[in-house]
Formats: sequence, structure tokens, C-alpha cells
Amino acid sequence: MVARFLPALLDGMLVTLELVAVAIVVGLILAIPLGIARASRHWYVRALPYIYVFFFRGTPLLLQLFLVYYGISQFEAVRESIFWHYLREPYWCALITMTLHTAAYIAEILRGAIQSVPGGEVEAARALGMSRRQALQYIILPRAVRIGLPAYGNEVILMLKASAVVYTITVMDIMGVVKGINSQTYQFELFYLVAGVIYLVITIAFTQLFKLVERWLKIEASQKR
Amino acid sequence: MLDLQGFGPALLEGTWMTIRLSLASVALGLLLGLLGASAKISGNPLLRGVGGFYTSVVRGIPETLWVLLAYYGTTSIFNYLGSFFGNPYLTLSPFIAGTMALGLCFGAYATEVFRGALLAIPNGQKEAGLALGMSGPRIFWRITLPQLWRVALPGLGNLYLILLKDTALVSLISLEEIMRKAQVASNATKEPFTFYFTAAMIYLGLTVIIMAALHVFERRANRGFVRTEL
Repeated sequence: MVARFLPALLDGMLVTLELVAVAIVVGLILAIPLGIARASRHWYVRALPYIYVFFFRGTPLLLQLFLVYYGISQFEAVRESIFWHYLREPYWCALITMTLHTAAYIAEILRGAIQSVPGGEVEAARALGMSRRQALQYIILPRAVRIGLPAYGNEVILMLKASAVVYTITVMDIMGVVKGINSQTYQFELFYLVAGVIYLVITIAFTQLFKLVERWLKIEASQKR
Repeated sequence: MLDLQGFGPALLEGTWMTIRLSLASVALGLLLGLLGASAKISGNPLLRGVGGFYTSVVRGIPETLWVLLAYYGTTSIFNYLGSFFGNPYLTLSPFIAGTMALGLCFGAYATEVFRGALLAIPNGQKEAGLALGMSGPRIFWRITLPQLWRVALPGLGNLYLILLKDTALVSLISLEEIMRKAQVASNATKEPFTFYFTAAMIYLGLTVIIMAALHVFERRANRGFVRTEL
């Protein structure tokens, strides 16, 4: 029974992994300037990223997804723009929403990491004659990356699980495929359990992978002060 | 102003449902979390195994899937139970299914929070309680629990904020909470942005209220304690 649907389930798994991979990489790129701005000394630099982070962390991903997929089309300007070609595709809407969502969380992780770089190290860099920019580039950011990496690993797993809502806008991820199978077979228990096992296997694999990366980078040793 | 083409009251009802759902799930989740944490730090290897299995399996599977499993996945179990008790159409209500699913997930994360907090309470205090002739449950109620609350509160607060957003998932099984009401209203009016954006503002408003409440709780729980400052 399950074997018959294995190829379809595998396709769904690839869609899920692809969405998560793109979201966490592009999200990280977006989050770097956001996170740095959030840790700024000046309130006017902090303000806009704060609103962004507050909105995306304070509302459900499902709602954000509907806001992008159904909501934006309310405006004629959007429907007539060149972006409409992408914005009417469920896949692109899912990708855009997930990326913006995870960027907010990663920006917060980065802010926390930057702020927990020991003050003495920053002072030492400045005492050596480094400019603020140099201190950021050579001391603070490399240090923050190590401090923030375990939290980033958690975020990847949370994103993987959160991505299970994209089927609601007809994306054929794991859940989308399972929904299709269920409407053919009516075996809800069986295939929801199969989906559960698939997610469980992926999350365990990711957890182990991040443990390895942390060991390679000797994160634990670098945390000791 | 808050009429929103006649859907204002419906959104308010949805908000109330979201609040009730989140509180019911937290109540169940706190209970499961306490049980889970006690199991995980107990001397009995079987209990430790059960606790470990619970947290790793629940945290490895998406909340969405738990909600769907609790509602659709239990159909045949309930049909069977129903026919046994003479009501073949017995199903879980969306509210109960949602509470079970969200409580289960909250409990798994709360287990870790409580476990850390339990380990933070010095063993000498329990020994002192025993020496004073207090019984096990009384030690838990009078000595462990008040301190547990203090240490665990920030972690539990974060979990509650996450749970609040996860309540939106219960709209997938048609519980009439904010998300579902916004969906219905936008289908009827063809103004999806207006209603989803309003719903977003309601979630943000609830978040602000919860954060303020947590601040008050934390100050109360920390009476007499000096906060460590870096």
C-alpha cells in the first residue's frame, strides 16, 4: 500500500527540502544586514528592522502565507505588475513567505549573538587600532557566527516543521502529496503516520548533521570564556 | 470603524475562541510537561525512556501534522469506540482535537524547560524538607513547585507565544478561531488582504498583552531575588 505511493512521497520530500533549503539560505543572507541593524547603537537604525521582526515573529506562518498568496492579489497594481507572474504561483508564494519568515528569526538570533560577544574582545580590537567596521568584520561577526550557530540549527529544524503548512495553498510538499493520497485511499491514519515518520527521519538527520558541524567548528570549546 | 463590513463581531468571536483554545492547550501542556520532566529525571530507566521517546517523537513531527492526526487520524478509533457505545458517528470536536494536539506539542517542549528548572533546585532543599518531616507531595507543593515556577517562567512564556501562533493551525480542522473567521470573511467579501491583515494585527495585539502579563508574573515570581546582571 505505502510502497505504491513511495515515488510520490519522495517527490514531496524533495519539494519540502528544496523549499526549506532555499528559505534558510536566502533568509540568512537577508538576516545579516537586519541583524546588524538590530544591534545598532542608534534607535533610528534599529526601528525598521524591529517592526519587520516583530511582525514576522508575532504572527502565524499560515497567516503570512495566506496574506501573500490570497491577500496581495486584492491590489490591482500587483496583478498588473511584472511580479504577478511569480506571485500567482503557490510555489513562489510559499518560498517568498518562508524566506521572509525565517529571515526575521535568524536576524534575532544574529542580534543576540552579536550582543553576547564579550565586550572585552571588542575593546581589545578597538585598542589595537581597528575601526568599528574592522572590529565588526574581523572580530564580532566571526565570533557571533559561532555563538549563533546552534540556534541557527534549531531554526532550520523549526522551519522544516513549519513548512508543513504550505500544502494549504496547493504546494505539493510532503503534506500536499499525503493529502492527495488520502483523497484517493481514505487511509488517513496510515498516511499521516507515514508523513510523521518521514518528518521524524529528516529532523533526526538534520540534528545529527548540525552536531557534526558543531564538533568540526569546535563550537563548544569556543563558548568557554 | 471596527465593523469591517459586518465581520467585526465575527472576528472578535474568533479571537475569544483563539484565547480559549490557547489556554486549554497550555493547561494540558503544563500537566504533560511536569509529568514528562518528572519521568525524565526519575531513577526508573523505563520512565526515562518513555519521557525521552515522548519529547523526541513529538518535537520531530510538525504541529500541523499533529493537528490533522488528532482530528482525521483518530476517525476509525472513534468510530470503533462510538459503535461500541452505540453512537457510530462519534468524532472528536475540533476544539478537543486541537487542544490535544497543541497540548501534546507544548508539553514536549515544556518537559525540557521543567527538566532544566528541576535540576536548578538544590537537592539539599528537598532533604531539608524530609528532615522536617514533610511528605513527598508536600515537599513538591511547598518547596519545589514555587521555585520551579520562578525558574521555568521565561521559558514557558516563550512557549506560550509560540503556541498562540500555532492555534492558527486548528483552522485547518475548521475550528472557528481568528484565522478561520478571517478566511470566511475574505471569501465572502473578496477582500483577503483586509481581513488577513486585521487578523495579523489581532495576533500582534495578543502577543503584546501576553508579553506584558509575563513581565508582571516574572516580577512577582522573582520577589526577593536579585537578578544577575552582566
